[in-house]
Amino acid sequence: MSINPGFAPSFSLDGRQVPFTAGQTIIQAAAAAGIYIPHLCYRPELKPHGSCKLCTVKVNGRQASSCTLQAQAGMVVESDTDELNDERRALLQMLFVEGNHFCPSCEKSGDCKLQATACELGMTSPHYDHFFPSRPVDASHPDVLLDFNRCILCSLCVRASRDIDGKSVFALSGRGIGSRLIVNARSGRLGDTDFSAADKAASVCPVGVILPKRRGFAVPIGERTYDAAPISVVALREGE
Amino acid sequence: MVLGNPESHAPDRLDELLQPILTRWGSAARNLVQILREAQEACDWLSPGVIDRLQRALGVPRAKIEGVAGFYAFFYTQPRGRYRVLFSDNVTDRMLGNRALLDRLCRQLWIEPGKTSEDGLVSVASTSCTGLCDQGPALLVNGFAVGRLDAARIDAIGELIRDAVPLADWPAEFFAVADNVRRADILLGSAMAPGDALRAAHARAPSDGMLASNMRSWREGLPRGVGGPDALLDEIKRANLRGRGGAGFIAGLKWEACRNAPLAPGQQRFVVCNADEGEPGTFKDRVLLSAHADLVFEGMTVAAYALGARRGFLYLRGEYRYLLDRLQAVLARRRAAGLLGGNILGIPGADFEIEIHVGAGAYVCGEESALIESLEGKRGTPRNRPPFPVTNGYLDQPTVVNNVETFAAAALVALNGGDWFRAIGTGKSAGTKLLSVSGDCARPGVYEYPFGVSVAEVLADCGAVDAQAVQVGGPSGVCLAPDEFARRIAFEDIPTAGAFTVFDRTRDMFEVARNFAHFFAHESCGFCTPCRVGTSLLRNLMDKLHDGHGSPYDFAEIEKLNRLLQAMSHCGLGHTACNPVLDTIARFRPAYARRLEREDYTPAFDLDRALAPARRMTGRDDPGAHLQTVAEAGGESGASPGCGAREDSEGGRV
Repeated sequence: MSINPGFAPSFSLDGRQVPFTAGQTIIQAAAAAGIYIPHLCYRPELKPHGSCKLCTVKVNGRQASSCTLQAQAGMVVESDTDELNDERRALLQMLFVEGNHFCPSCEKSGDCKLQATACELGMTSPHYDHFFPSRPVDASHPDVLLDFNRCILCSLCVRASRDIDGKSVFALSGRGIGSRLIVNARSGRLGDTDFSAADKAASVCPVGVILPKRRGFAVPIGERTYDAAPISVVALREGE
Repeated sequence: MVLGNPESHAPDRLDELLQPILTRWGSAARNLVQILREAQEACDWLSPGVIDRLQRALGVPRAKIEGVAGFYAFFYTQPRGRYRVLFSDNVTDRMLGNRALLDRLCRQLWIEPGKTSEDGLVSVASTSCTGLCDQGPALLVNGFAVGRLDAARIDAIGELIRDAVPLADWPAEFFAVADNVRRADILLGSAMAPGDALRAAHARAPSDGMLASNMRSWREGLPRGVGGPDALLDEIKRANLRGRGGAGFIAGLKWEACRNAPLAPGQQRFVVCNADEGEPGTFKDRVLLSAHADLVFEGMTVAAYALGARRGFLYLRGEYRYLLDRLQAVLARRRAAGLLGGNILGIPGADFEIEIHVGAGAYVCGEESALIESLEGKRGTPRNRPPFPVTNGYLDQPTVVNNVETFAAAALVALNGGDWFRAIGTGKSAGTKLLSVSGDCARPGVYEYPFGVSVAEVLADCGAVDAQAVQVGGPSGVCLAPDEFARRIAFEDIPTAGAFTVFDRTRDMFEVARNFAHFFAHESCGFCTPCRVGTSLLRNLMDKLHDGHGSPYDFAEIEKLNRLLQAMSHCGLGHTACNPVLDTIARFRPAYARRLEREDYTPAFDLDRALAPARRMTGRDDPGAHLQTVAEAGGESGASPGCGAREDSEGGRV
């Protein structure tokens, strides 16, 4: 557990020694060392949320979210194990059945982190019964369409709009399975907010909720981000 | 108890109603939950006009207000009736026939459950346990509790609502809540005069008062046990007082960690009393706050003295709204007696104030970090931990959160010393435990025992004959069968926050577990994926079994869900959500097996049943309007499973 003078402190991740700097979380240190830990609600430039639970790892035998837990010297961390990957697959299946995800007709197919993570982890069926919730779309904004059917409640747009754009266009409301994304307007419509397609919040959605209008299928299926390389490679390359 | 005026939404009226509330809460967004609660009491619901004004006054995004309002079950952003009736739907209410009473009231008022009457007069729905299990069935009307419901009382309530009689003019006995203390020990039998524990704590050794406890370098130079606050903390540690909320963390260590947490400039320490007693079947804090509020507030003040805290909060669950005025009166009396405010008991620098916040229908706020979020006016979502509240609590400052009963016990430790307290109970569980006893027994109520009492002893005392099961600790606790009744209430054996629900042999333990599965799905905060989706999947599986479509495969699914919820959930709600189902499968398997039509395979989808709405709409029930199911085609099942009794998934008899 001791820190050798002259060497960065480190912890063990799936048997590899991973160095870290003070204050780094496990997922940050892992990414810096070129190790991918699956995640959906985490982006390095935003305050971690810890809600999707995909990035759960075992630290000294106990589960913890690697996006919120700070690394400590001597930790023994497991991530790429059958047990954890089984559980991650089940979480992905839950996210798929909770909303309405029809990949073949979705503009985000091939660029979608939910879909790409499911491919990465070998999820081959939704397993659970679908909830088929009723979630109307919002096409009120001139440049951006909101399709809540695909929302996984990761709150990335909430954080980006509040902390980077300084606008707080989005918020979570409701509770439990009735949790939902809402928009900061009396009408509840995006067109009545100061949201702009240039906002950071317009580009952080991991799924296909926030979509630019008039740009459908500009890149053909088969040539999209995760068609070229799996998310485990892209995430490390793009630093997301 | 003012009934909102139906014309209250005229714009100028709204300002008149909301301004005093905003002034009282300093127009501060951190008090948003309290502001919304009082705004709704004044205006009946949180209309867009109400939110407009709050948004302007508080200067926060409208979506933040809507996000908070949408989280709590008792906040309404859609119009509700001027009379808002919520039936408590704990399993004990079910056992006492609450569904029939709800239907009776709805018939009398010509409304459907969950809907508001056309004239905007009344809405009737159900809610999670309201903490009146010893005098149920119970309901809340505009937030105020009415217990001991029967057909006559329901008919009287229906009349009062139809005649639009203001709540203040309803018979007072409707709102009378009995304490039902059945066995008293050191807490419930305490006759301590207000201030005695503080005086004893301060007299333990000479001290410079509360400020001294913040002067760490000064204090750390002293030998152990010298100085009032230090001496007191030593007594709390010597007492081995453990948290009464269920987890049993040692209070002395929590207090010490908070006292030793560094303070940035402008920061202070806080004492928070968790009176969000939401675990179904638990009501002992209700009795402590009703009969021994001074003991609880004294315990909080004792903690403040030990920590050097100047502000405290009591977070009272919304269902106990009826206690608020009485508790405020106790605080006023203590202030007048010099037991709160500045220079308490004449000790220089001993300043402490207590503010009461009232919850709004969210079980998850019993989790200490979710409670703190709610105190800060936010959605009650549990925080990522570490850091813990002892270092980063209310407004990111060091905070101690303890249960009502823990503070009451702390007052007695301050008065009588740690050795006295530790001599009561068992080796690892010092003191006494309050049990909330309800269900199938002759004498439901609150029982105080030294730790170590056996389940059988409690059953004998409360007059339970023929018990087939006891749920200890509510849905998140354990379900015990008769061969386990020799087990003991203590941290060494069965730790509990205090619920003790008895089920006799006429009860269907599957329906008990199904009620609890519905409870967890209703109360999941929705923050993390496994709990948000998993609790609903579990509820659906239990409903599937109830409807007769279950198979042994579903048991495996339940076990798989349990593993996932335990491993991946963000907080204790998700970790324990499967407990009641797994416990009852393990101990009362026949109650489940009865529901399996075939042991090998049962289709989850029943074609004939799916046609039922179409048959209702067309008024047909001839053979041509039915489809044969697989089972019928094979000649193994009698009547069509699509008809009659099973159509209402809410209709299970406990």
